[in-house]
Amino acid sequence: MIGVELVKMLRRPRTWVTIGLLNGLPTLVAILLALTDLGPRPGTGPAFLSAVLSDGTLFPLAALAIVLPFFLPIAVAVVAGDSVAGEAQAGTLRYVLTRPVGRTHLLFAKLVSVIAFVLLAVLVVAATGYVVGTLLLGDQPLASSVSGTSLTPAQVTGRTVLSILYVVLSMLGVAAIALFLSTTTDSALGAALGALAVLVASSVLFTLDAAAALQPYLPTRYWLAFVDLFRDPILWRDVLRGVLLQIIYVAVFLGASWANFTTKDITS
Amino acid sequence: MIVTRGLTKRYGAVLAVDDVDLDVRTGDIYGFLGANGSGKTTTVRMLLGLVLATTGKIELFGQAMPHAARSVLPQVGSLVEGPAAYGHLSGRANLSLFDAMGTGGPRRTRRARIDEVLAQVGLTDVGRRAVNAYSLGMRQRLGLAAALLRAPRLLVLDEPTNGLDPQGIREIRELLLQLHAGGTTIFLSSHLLAEVEQMCTRVGVLDRGRLVLQEKLSVLQAPTGRTVVRTPDANRAQALLDGRLERRDGSRLLVRGADAAEVNALLVGGGVRVDELGAERRSLEQVVLAATEGAVPGSVTP
Repeated sequence: MIGVELVKMLRRPRTWVTIGLLNGLPTLVAILLALTDLGPRPGTGPAFLSAVLSDGTLFPLAALAIVLPFFLPIAVAVVAGDSVAGEAQAGTLRYVLTRPVGRTHLLFAKLVSVIAFVLLAVLVVAATGYVVGTLLLGDQPLASSVSGTSLTPAQVTGRTVLSILYVVLSMLGVAAIALFLSTTTDSALGAALGALAVLVASSVLFTLDAAAALQPYLPTRYWLAFVDLFRDPILWRDVLRGVLLQIIYVAVFLGASWANFTTKDITS
Repeated sequence: MIVTRGLTKRYGAVLAVDDVDLDVRTGDIYGFLGANGSGKTTTVRMLLGLVLATTGKIELFGQAMPHAARSVLPQVGSLVEGPAAYGHLSGRANLSLFDAMGTGGPRRTRRARIDEVLAQVGLTDVGRRAVNAYSLGMRQRLGLAAALLRAPRLLVLDEPTNGLDPQGIREIRELLLQLHAGGTTIFLSSHLLAEVEQMCTRVGVLDRGRLVLQEKLSVLQAPTGRTVVRTPDANRAQALLDGRLERRDGSRLLVRGADAAEVNALLVGGGVRVDELGAERRSLEQVVLAATEGAVPGSVTP
């Protein structure tokens, strides 16, 4: 069933359109930077963007930092929100379940397919960022940490891999929320928008001083903490809190999805 | 093959299905009749484990559903509330996905199985086209093809001829009769009386969630013990049949007595000209109407 779900995801035009669009914005930014040579001053603008003018190899991280706040979560919410509700809406869910595919099994396969999509999207964004960055921007091996000291290429590679894993985990939190909503409704759009509403609310509360007490628990709170992996020495505090928080979100919402979906009347 | 005991489904305050005891036997073509909203689809969904019963038991092939879904459902082909498919994929690709789902058919023979069911439903020529470009009738056939994958012992079909033209309806009916002849039991849920009357061997009628009738079609349509006479000399016939006449509508007389030949001899002997004469049989429509109006037709269910 996992194979079937992967085939469904990969053969769907939407998957590739989404990934294409995800790459559009970072590529546009790279072109603009290359043409104008006007990077944001260090410490302002999206993370890493001030450094990429001299070192294009950092651009994959800059690309991830550009898509992470909005584009990537939207894509993940759409795909995960569609996973069960989309099948309900199209009516295929009843035929899948009477094949029969066990409900727990189906949910698991959907989750694997969403994870595969997140990985694919993040890797394509990083790879495109690398290609675009080295082609258009400087490629002096001047890799420097956000703290100003220089990093060896091996350190950059290792920390890039860690960041990608961190971003994937953050997106799994989104996916779990969207998947849960997807099991509660027959509207794929409703599930995706519901998940986005949660994220927007989280972002709004994050900027509000009065919500300080809530902030450590907001799903988006530690999303950009992967930047800390490029400090020298690495600042682990927020990264670890982010990992723990996302694991809790994933566990709670997946549990809720399972409890809801396995006991639900399929009337679609 | 399908047995339910006290099957009940309650949605909040609404009793959608109320204490239904279905009995579908091996080799039946079972016509499951009922008006829209009578609970047919909910019942079908409960049989397939999609909707969970509030109370009551379901057995398919003697195994409890939905507990034994993993061993029961691979032997069941179903079409519930219209067909559904992944629109951006071709008919073939859809069947291939459905075939691979769950326990999955063997990959080696998948192609042959798909060719076979496409040919059975008459879609061979358009199998490679995206389903988005299919007409309603073609989608219906594709849904049926998916139900036929893995040669099920039991077909549960909800309105299988929906959206088909008369030619298509006949083709599907012939296909179903052919499958039935090959040993497949068919549970056909429909609101089309004519369809059920033409094909089914047994009939169940659902009315506002209750099973008000379940009987062999041949019993339901057995002679009623009365003879229908059409004659231009109705007044004379009435006098001759004195006391045996049950009803008269113009030139049509309803006479007590199952022996049409005897009635005929009596009338002709008395000089009454007879246009038409025969044993009275109820149409399925009359039976269903009588059953759903609450007046269970005791005269026809021995």
